[in-house]
Amino acid sequence: MAEWPLVELTAAACLAAITAYVLFAGADFGGGVWDLFATGPRARRQRALIADTIGPIWEANHVWLILVVVILFTGFPVAYARLSVSLHIPLTLMLIGVVLRGSAFTFRSYDRRDDDVQRRWGLVFAVASLITPLLLGVAAGAVAAGGVTPPGARSFTAAYVAPWLAPFPIAIGVLTLLLFAFLAAVYLTVEAKDPMLTGDFRARGLVAGLLLLPGAGVALYLARTEAPWVFDELTSASWAPVLHLLTGSAAVCALGALWRRHYRVARTAAAVQAALIVVGWAMAQWPYILPPTMSVYDAAAPTATLTLLVGALAAGAVILLPALAYLFAIFGRAEKSR
Amino acid sequence: MSDLLAARSQMAVSLAFHIVFAVIGIGMPVLMVIAERRWLVTRDPHYLELARRWAKGTAILFAVGAVSGTVLSFELGLLWPGFMEFAGPIIGMPFSLEGFAFFMEAIFLGIYLYGWDRISERAHLWAGVLVAVSGALSGVFVVIANAWMNAPTGFTVVNGVATGIDPLQALQTPAAFPQALHMTLAAYAATGFGAAGIHAAMLLRQPANAFHQRGLRIALLMAIPAALLQPLSGHHSAGFVAATQPAKFAAMESLFETQAAAPLLIGGWPDPTRREVRYGVEIPGALSFLATNDFGATVPGLDQVPREDWPNVRVTHVAFQVMVACGVVMLAAGLLGWRALAQRDDLAEHRRLLRLLVVAAPLGFVATEAGWVVTEVGRQPWVIQGVLRTADAVTPMPGLIVPFLGFTVLYLLLAVAVVWLLRRQILGAPNDTEWRRRHEPTTQPTTHG
Repeated sequence: MAEWPLVELTAAACLAAITAYVLFAGADFGGGVWDLFATGPRARRQRALIADTIGPIWEANHVWLILVVVILFTGFPVAYARLSVSLHIPLTLMLIGVVLRGSAFTFRSYDRRDDDVQRRWGLVFAVASLITPLLLGVAAGAVAAGGVTPPGARSFTAAYVAPWLAPFPIAIGVLTLLLFAFLAAVYLTVEAKDPMLTGDFRARGLVAGLLLLPGAGVALYLARTEAPWVFDELTSASWAPVLHLLTGSAAVCALGALWRRHYRVARTAAAVQAALIVVGWAMAQWPYILPPTMSVYDAAAPTATLTLLVGALAAGAVILLPALAYLFAIFGRAEKSR
Repeated sequence: MSDLLAARSQMAVSLAFHIVFAVIGIGMPVLMVIAERRWLVTRDPHYLELARRWAKGTAILFAVGAVSGTVLSFELGLLWPGFMEFAGPIIGMPFSLEGFAFFMEAIFLGIYLYGWDRISERAHLWAGVLVAVSGALSGVFVVIANAWMNAPTGFTVVNGVATGIDPLQALQTPAAFPQALHMTLAAYAATGFGAAGIHAAMLLRQPANAFHQRGLRIALLMAIPAALLQPLSGHHSAGFVAATQPAKFAAMESLFETQAAAPLLIGGWPDPTRREVRYGVEIPGALSFLATNDFGATVPGLDQVPREDWPNVRVTHVAFQVMVACGVVMLAAGLLGWRALAQRDDLAEHRRLLRLLVVAAPLGFVATEAGWVVTEVGRQPWVIQGVLRTADAVTPMPGLIVPFLGFTVLYLLLAVAVVWLLRRQILGAPNDTEWRRRHEPTTQPTTHG
């Protein structure tokens, strides 16, 4: 197996898990955002639709994050260790968000008796849904900006705060939040069976989708000075024009389809757009896992470990993907027949 | 509080919190599946109600277990980056496999909880079986990773760096089997007695309640075999610890001096500075038997270990005594319960057994927590026995008391919320009159939820 590109395969598996987390759990987080901003005469029914849609699948969607962590610490242990040190604060805050969101959602689902209690859990769920993606994006932005560097004899602020509390990581955090909200709104247009509800989420999808454009612009502008390696790749690599063209087309297609009420087309296009954004980030960073100094090759575990990890991931996928397809099939089918 | 102590405390709080939900996540699906199977066979609506209520409990507790488990997977790096950098390539495999098992559990639990009216009865039951199987497997894989920390294999250390890494050999650490067996039985015993105690308490108030009678019977069917097998598994585990981690074994029983025909100490309060134990009861030769199956064998004491490599003897000793004491009570409850079940009469008539079961209800969880303290505190000052010290694995990040306090408060609040929610679920269980009103005119089950 020595001739297998093990490091590349491990990195690809990690990227696939991140993409799946963005597409599935991202939409769940976005659902929480729309729960917070549920307004108008149908606010209650908007919240009910969000809860019904997320309920059966959120735990499975959540597990992608654990898979990302496991691949990182098994396949790229040095990078994982360094990441955990420099980004201790945002990752800890994100974890608190993960805990509060998951528990509050479940508590709310199983405690439907009086409305006050229900609303209090709902508020915890919604606020945590807002904060968690923001911090997730901030952490990713800090990595892209080269904020994760070896710990030296530096001040507390320089070592543990400055890498992430900066304009570029925050811009990526906001962008992540907008992307998740956009995905959720577009998915929910398909899930809603009442045209009025569909209309509510269509409007939300259009707003979030349009806000993504200036959001991406600001992030790119900040990248010029704060994440120059990523910026250079995104603007001058040979693949860059093709990627931008594809991402742009998917965005236009998603917004156009949403505008013309072709919701299933919009859902597919939005998912493609989101996946391309993640892939674009990965390609801009490649081969660095922690730019500007640590490449995936520097961080990779020994061959024996990578061989087994790639093998386990492949074998696991064979069992897992049909099971996931079954889960989505059951609840998709039920939606149609309802 | 030093940063190292804060990091250890945060890890301890996170694990102590998570382990309760992990254990229930292994045990509850089994109860739920047995009840559903009984419903399919007998069409007795009590069983359907049991399956649905246990499933609700599973859902609430599983969610908290899932998110607190996520916290732990991050904390391995956030608090112990030195450990993950060293150990990640070696023991990433059990964690990866655990990831898949947990994924299956989450998928099929979603199908089980929300699929009552959407898939066939047979498919629904199988979804529950898969939840139970993958729940047990994910527990086993995590325990294998921990077993490796106690008996590391599959690498050699050259100049402080692990080389010649063989993850498959690491998976086969000799500690894997005894620890995985002991923990899995603990999960079934704890959940079984926990559920049995709740139904027993309700039966003490409403002896004729058929719902709680059936619930108690199923819970006992799981709790009793686990409680009876656990001492054997414990003996097997102890022999293993004695062979591979003599310092931990000596601390468990406060054996300060190496001796032949070493006595087993029951209770007692060790004084590590004077190297003696006060107020304990000794059973001659029994410790040697526990360690080696030979009453006369020599057991190495803490005098064989450099003083700075001693674990905290008091904590390890007391935790071990607590675990064994809880195990003994559960063993007694298991034997009495077995007799009551064998007599095939109404369990509600055995009022003394019911009262004992109420007392035993929390003991499985206490024993699990105590056992975990034995294995973790007993390994100190090592995070990987004999290879990496805990102090060398901790993050350089200062001010760790802040996240420690933060997570402690968060988990306290969650614990209160969970108890409050479950209380409402349990007190909401149907009483006799309600059952008659709901089921006597028609025997159709209600399909709410």
